Amino acid sequence: MFHVHKNYGAKKALANITLDISKNELLFISGPSGAGKTTLLKLLYLGEKVSEGQVLIEGINLSRISHNRIPFLRRKFGIIFQDYKLIPTKTVFDNVAIVLEATGKKRRFIEKKVKSILRTVGMEETLHSFPPSLSGGEQQRIAFARAVVGDPKIILADEPTGNLDEASADIILELLKKFHTRGATVIIATHDKELIRKTGGRVIHLNQGYLQKTINV
Amino acid sequence: MIYNYKRAIQDIRDHKFLNTVTIMTIAISILIVSAFGLFFVNANEIINSWKKGIKIMVYLKSDIPETNPSELIRKIQTMEGIRNVRFIPKNQAFQELKKQMRRQSSLFENLKENPLPDAFEIQLKASFQNQEKVEMLATRIESLPRVDEVEYGQRWLGQFTNFFNLFRFTGYAMGGLFFMAALLIVANTIRLVLYSRRDEVEIMRLVGATDSFIKAPFYIQGLIQGAFGGIIGLAVLFISFLFISSSMGQGISPDLFTIRFLSPGALCGIILVSIFVGWTGCYISLKQFLK
Repeated sequence: MFHVHKNYGAKKALANITLDISKNELLFISGPSGAGKTTLLKLLYLGEKVSEGQVLIEGINLSRISHNRIPFLRRKFGIIFQDYKLIPTKTVFDNVAIVLEATGKKRRFIEKKVKSILRTVGMEETLHSFPPSLSGGEQQRIAFARAVVGDPKIILADEPTGNLDEASADIILELLKKFHTRGATVIIATHDKELIRKTGGRVIHLNQGYLQKTINV
Repeated sequence: MIYNYKRAIQDIRDHKFLNTVTIMTIAISILIVSAFGLFFVNANEIINSWKKGIKIMVYLKSDIPETNPSELIRKIQTMEGIRNVRFIPKNQAFQELKKQMRRQSSLFENLKENPLPDAFEIQLKASFQNQEKVEMLATRIESLPRVDEVEYGQRWLGQFTNFFNLFRFTGYAMGGLFFMAALLIVANTIRLVLYSRRDEVEIMRLVGATDSFIKAPFYIQGLIQGAFGGIIGLAVLFISFLFISSSMGQGISPDLFTIRFLSPGALCGIILVSIFVGWTGCYISLKQFLK
């Protein structure tokens, strides 16, 4: 990320951010609400476009990427959203399977892989349940399963423990660590200092869109 | 592909009301347009059969002393488009009339002389059986000496053709309007379905689904709506046709003309147009929604 600015009209969401993230790094983006954490994540998966500056992912300049290539870029990411973004009318299985279906995987492979990942996050019993019938912690684990089922190179987690009790937050944290150990680059946006303390890693602190400091915990 | 079909069927199940409205709109549009088509096919048939029977009757002046008509016959026969000329002497015509009106024979008893003129019955070549050419020939014949009057049923044929052309134009205009209406309704239905699934579409995009993956089930849905709408519209038309033709058949001689349904080729064409309506409606809404 080189001298990145992001404005929403007159409002400055991010200002002059320069940041280098290494492969298999575990990076925290911290800061208060409105600091620009979610915006920074969105710029990575092209949920938003930069107003100024450049974002490069594995050498690809996101400002120059064609519309047709965006889905293929997004397949590099596994995204965990703060509000889970599960489809309430689809079963847990279908919610997770959608990632593999979108990439044209075979039905048999999808069934095997989805069941396996749900086992990993401890949710294999909920295969045929619908998200609204699950607790916040369970929904977050399903969202996590969906994020990692496609074996992404980069996991983006936006406040992954924000709405969870301590026990559920610990489960999600362990899962994130597990996939980081397996080789994924993990970028977590959070204001939860306890989460950062428990995990450790590089932390960048944002405030009102500016990168204030970088520390290693 | 199977997955896309399943998604399309699931979407139709999830939005039964919207899909039923769309299918019924397409069906009604197809029914109206096809009904016009059916009318044109049959009306055209009738006009053609009438045109084949077009004859020119030439009545000669009766105040001129009777002469040999062979000179006049020769002149008419040299004209372009004439197939056959038959001379009907006034006595023969009178006898034929009497024969035809046998029950009203008292009408003829008081007649002092034959009121009918000598006449020619002219049959035309097939290439000359259209209004403009008949009119042209009639004018030429009318200018010949001894010719008093020329008749070829021009008034009713002209009026019917004009009425038919007006009807045809109305049919085209209505067909176009119903096509547009069906198109917009399909586009709006798909837009409503898309709107109700906007979160799902957004999630699909975020997890790396391509636009074509997102669009495919909607296109299949549009094709299914179009096909069902077309089939239902034609089925209703066929039932109405059976009902009308059976009640009309009792009053009209089959020798005069036979009412027939649309040909298999036309039916396939209509269903293809209907499918095209479904697909295009889908294309319009997807193009706007996935901008």
